[in-house]
Amino acid sequence: MTEPAAIVFERVSVARGGPPILNGVDLTLERGETVALVGRSGAGKSTILKLVNRLLTPDAGRILVSGRPTTEWDPYDLRRNVGYVLQEIALFPHMSIAENIAVVPRLRGWDEGKVTARVRELLELTGLGGSDFAIRRPHELSGGQRQRVGVARALAADPPILLMDEPFGALDPMTRREMHEQLRRIQEQVRKTILIVTHDMGEAFAMGSRVGVLADGALAALDTPRAIARSEDPRVKGLLAPLFEATAALQGGAP
Amino acid sequence: MRLIAFWRSHAAELAALLGQHVFLVGVSTLAAVLIGVPIGLLAAKRPRLGAPVVWLANVAQTIPSLAMFGFLLPLPIVGGLGARVAITVLVLYALLPIVRATIVGIAGVDRSVREAGVAMGMTPRQLLRRVELPLALPSIVSGVRVAAVVGVGSATIAAAIGAGGLGQYIYRGLSMVDTTVILAGAIPAALLALLVDGGLLWTERQLSHRGRRRSPRAVVMAAAAIAGLLLAGSAAIAGRSSGVIVVGSKNFTEQLILGEIVAQAIERDTGLTVRRQLNLGGTLICDRALLAGEVDVYVEYTGTALTAIFRQPPSTDRDGVLRTVRQLYADSGRTLLAPLGFDNTFAILVRGKDARELGLRTIADMARVTPRWRAGFGYEFLERPDGYPGLAKTYRLAFAAPPQIMDLALTYRALAAGQVDVIAGDATAGLIASLDLVQLEDDRHYFPPYDAVPVARAATLLRYPQVRVALQRLGQRISAADMRAMNQAADGQRLDPAEVARRFLDRPR
Repeated sequence: MTEPAAIVFERVSVARGGPPILNGVDLTLERGETVALVGRSGAGKSTILKLVNRLLTPDAGRILVSGRPTTEWDPYDLRRNVGYVLQEIALFPHMSIAENIAVVPRLRGWDEGKVTARVRELLELTGLGGSDFAIRRPHELSGGQRQRVGVARALAADPPILLMDEPFGALDPMTRREMHEQLRRIQEQVRKTILIVTHDMGEAFAMGSRVGVLADGALAALDTPRAIARSEDPRVKGLLAPLFEATAALQGGAP
Repeated sequence: MRLIAFWRSHAAELAALLGQHVFLVGVSTLAAVLIGVPIGLLAAKRPRLGAPVVWLANVAQTIPSLAMFGFLLPLPIVGGLGARVAITVLVLYALLPIVRATIVGIAGVDRSVREAGVAMGMTPRQLLRRVELPLALPSIVSGVRVAAVVGVGSATIAAAIGAGGLGQYIYRGLSMVDTTVILAGAIPAALLALLVDGGLLWTERQLSHRGRRRSPRAVVMAAAAIAGLLLAGSAAIAGRSSGVIVVGSKNFTEQLILGEIVAQAIERDTGLTVRRQLNLGGTLICDRALLAGEVDVYVEYTGTALTAIFRQPPSTDRDGVLRTVRQLYADSGRTLLAPLGFDNTFAILVRGKDARELGLRTIADMARVTPRWRAGFGYEFLERPDGYPGLAKTYRLAFAAPPQIMDLALTYRALAAGQVDVIAGDATAGLIASLDLVQLEDDRHYFPPYDAVPVARAATLLRYPQVRVALQRLGQRISAADMRAMNQAADGQRLDPAEVARRFLDRPR
């Protein structure tokens, strides 16, 4: 028997009482791959993520996580098995960094010794091992440090799946580059199935083993970064334009 | 300073009252937190269910405290006299700020933080306990701070229903017109309020996640200190012996003395244990307390019972009033005993010098001279059905100018100083003797009688017949002159009412 795919979208539509946000989306993520979805604001990127951990349920179609429809999962169990990095990071301001990272392991009832060891491991992994980060509060950290804590918190209970919603949107370009580097290193070690959504094609190319383009509630393209870059589809080219313009400007000529 | 001397000589009492005060505020605030926070959570989560409750808390806030005591007295469990009903009232007052602060605290939790909790797989209960409540805590504590500080002030009113606390000094001072005694209660109450405010503000800051890191030890210590104060307070309250016969009184000097006389007479004659619930806030509260069985006996005035308690028209027939009131009391399970011997009616007072020179003995005598006189009356006397208009008609009085309206307490001095020539005072006022004033006889029997009479619960007298005997023995023992002298001893010489009563009872018959 073959292992089921990590995440499968089958003809998924979402309207939520208005015009369709998603319209018959099909998407399969194999175990251990990183898929980056790109789209303009309002293209339904966050909706796709919320469907995976059942913060939303589809109006039509279904989503399978590890081979089971999300509606058959216990929602709390499902969410504790899917790491989630929020757009706003949204660390718990009343908890220390260590407590923030320990949230899901504690929800899953790990014993405290194991929790402490895991928190230390994750602080090392995300480059926050030094100093006294563990006992600090979120407001005492820089934006980049907070974002790393967000990633560590999502990875804490070692979930097979990681969802990331514009995870580095609020960071300056330099810090963002560092974070991409770091996340790739982490991914080499942990081998998660990662679904990341972003409005920035550059970020999608940097992170995704496959890149999908969301437009008008459907997947306009889903392919390797190389294939996406050569696409003739106007919906894809529109998102690629800023990248080419930047490159052209660097080379000192018009495209 | 007299204030320091007063505190020094009343140190033990002051400590006990302070303990009671802290106990009242502590217990009521704690109860309000236990009730108010869940209501606030409900209101924040289910606005439709919560809104009516918040509205009710709002309404409770607007009811004057004395009225609230009146409503609550006859109720079982929460009602009655003493700490229980005071705490109930204080809880009702404390609810609103706590409910509001809880709603504000929960509503202030960042939407994305709440969403993060849900996305991490928290159940609604876990989200509440681990995220929403801790984040709302500083706001809730600020609500508790407001409630507790207001509570320290409101608790002074608890003295009106015999729950003790620093309000006792304030009430005592008001009835004795002694600023020192008022300050003796008011200053510690104000300091306590400042202390509570500061302490809770500090706790609030410690809890705020924007502030420095929480120091759990400091919070635990603050909690321990509060718990310690509560324990001390409750010990102070529990220390009051639960007596067999409860004697009540209203909240002015004469009533305090009469309460002591009744209490000491019962102690001397029967050997029963007597508990004093003196200084209750007015006729209504005394009556409700007697009906509810919180008080076994207190001294009432026949005219007051007739008009204020039983709502009958005033009457000038002394024996008729006594009969009517006795019957009405009997119908509601109370027994009117023998009148004590004096009538605390309105007294038409003139200077002793004028009375002697002009040969004035009765009000009718005075009618001859009033066209050249000025009168000074308290506001109440000008308005009451048994007051000035009827008096002027009965005796055909005419004055040089319309009567001057002034504070009742000031009329005595105004008369003595010659600013006015006649006043309507209190027949038993201690000042009558000390200022050389003379009461003119009401020879046409215009004023209704206000004979002082002990009234007791019939059930108590049935159970302890010796109490009836002791009370009947007080019949006709106190003349108006006796009462004036005792009021003067308490108000003028600042003797303790208990001491005044002791001296009176020690006197050979």
